Amino acid sequence: MFNYTFQWRQAFQKLPLLLDGALVTLQIALLSMAMGIAFAVILAVARNAQSRWVSAPATAWVEVSRNTPALFQIYMAHFGLGSFGIHLSPYVALLAGITFNNAGYLAETFRGALRAIPGTQLRAARSLGMPSIQAFRLIIMPQMFRIAFLPTTNQMVWAILMTSLGVTVGMNTDLAGVTQDINVRSFRTFEIFAIAAVIYYLIAKAVTLGARLLAARLFRY
Amino acid sequence: MFDTALTLSDLMFLIKGAGMTLAVTFFAVTGGTLLGLLFGVVRAHVSVWVALPLIFVLDVFRSVPLLIQLVLANAFQAIAGLNMPPFATSCIVLALYTSAYCTEIVRGAIDAVPTVTRRAARSLGLSWGQDMTYVVFPMALRVALPSWIGLTLGVMKDSALVLWLGLIELLRSGQILVTRLQEPMFILMVVGAIYFLMSFPIARLGGQLEKRWREND
Repeated sequence: MFNYTFQWRQAFQKLPLLLDGALVTLQIALLSMAMGIAFAVILAVARNAQSRWVSAPATAWVEVSRNTPALFQIYMAHFGLGSFGIHLSPYVALLAGITFNNAGYLAETFRGALRAIPGTQLRAARSLGMPSIQAFRLIIMPQMFRIAFLPTTNQMVWAILMTSLGVTVGMNTDLAGVTQDINVRSFRTFEIFAIAAVIYYLIAKAVTLGARLLAARLFRY
Repeated sequence: MFDTALTLSDLMFLIKGAGMTLAVTFFAVTGGTLLGLLFGVVRAHVSVWVALPLIFVLDVFRSVPLLIQLVLANAFQAIAGLNMPPFATSCIVLALYTSAYCTEIVRGAIDAVPTVTRRAARSLGLSWGQDMTYVVFPMALRVALPSWIGLTLGVMKDSALVLWLGLIELLRSGQILVTRLQEPMFILMVVGAIYFLMSFPIARLGGQLEKRWREND
């Protein structure tokens, strides 16, 4: 059918390298999610703050991260900061870009979740004598995470897919980077990228399945 | 700090890049929406087991990074000897990618129309086609439009990835200027501002539509 000989064996020999890359991909995704969630909680609270000085920067962060491409945000971290003499390695730039993006999207998710929690919950906790920080930590936050659990797992899958953008700033240790590295040396583009696509698919499915099992365990009652 | 080597013709170059971004987005969203409508109607009317192959394929488009999809499609068209220009490849890949998300939106919107309403329409003597056009479509549109606007903006932002195939869209033209003028921060800020201007007003409109329509429900 095609005037082309597929060389699958040659591509499969690189599987160990690709799997090592997949681990780096997972690592970046997990780190960016952990930091993204931390920033997002702060942003979600800050956006509801009374003072404009607190809410305006948070709103700016959220709107910029949601209205510009993730690739642009990674470029900004890698090339843009160079103007100030800050030169981030591709790994750090990728991590910073995805974290910025995750935080913006998750902040909106968390804000929606916060709105879904009845205000009486906070007032009841306060009237039991809890300081506001404690009330937020023990009463509001667990409920917020529960409501936002599903969107957060979606964002995790997004984070995994976004790590592939690192290759555009010279990242060569994650799955996409390793794949591109092998590609430029062997020119077996289709074969090697097809295997990478399968690995990405399996990771995404594993994360979705893991999240479902975790949800079933966490939210039994 | 405020003086720059960016000239008016450089700015025009960026605007031209934005035009390319919009062109790719237009074809991708048009194609993706038509396919998504078709797949969504099929998904809403056929049992899960019959639609399983379709569900699987569309799921692949959502679970594999777009960059990998673009490279794979480009390699495949070369292998198949199709000789497609990168622009066509990008539009087709992005259209399929869009259709995967659009299908879910359409299916959700059709499912949101109460079954009793549709039964009432059918028992008044409307055919399936009339039921779809005069009852389901207007009701589903209200549910689907805000998410569809979100999807369109998402595709506009994701279309930046076509730079990998050599298309000079907004981000790539910004990168070219950075290489020449060596002012990465300033030029990327201009690029970001253009993206923001293209996306933010429409995102606001979508949010407002959603709010207004929910009040009337």
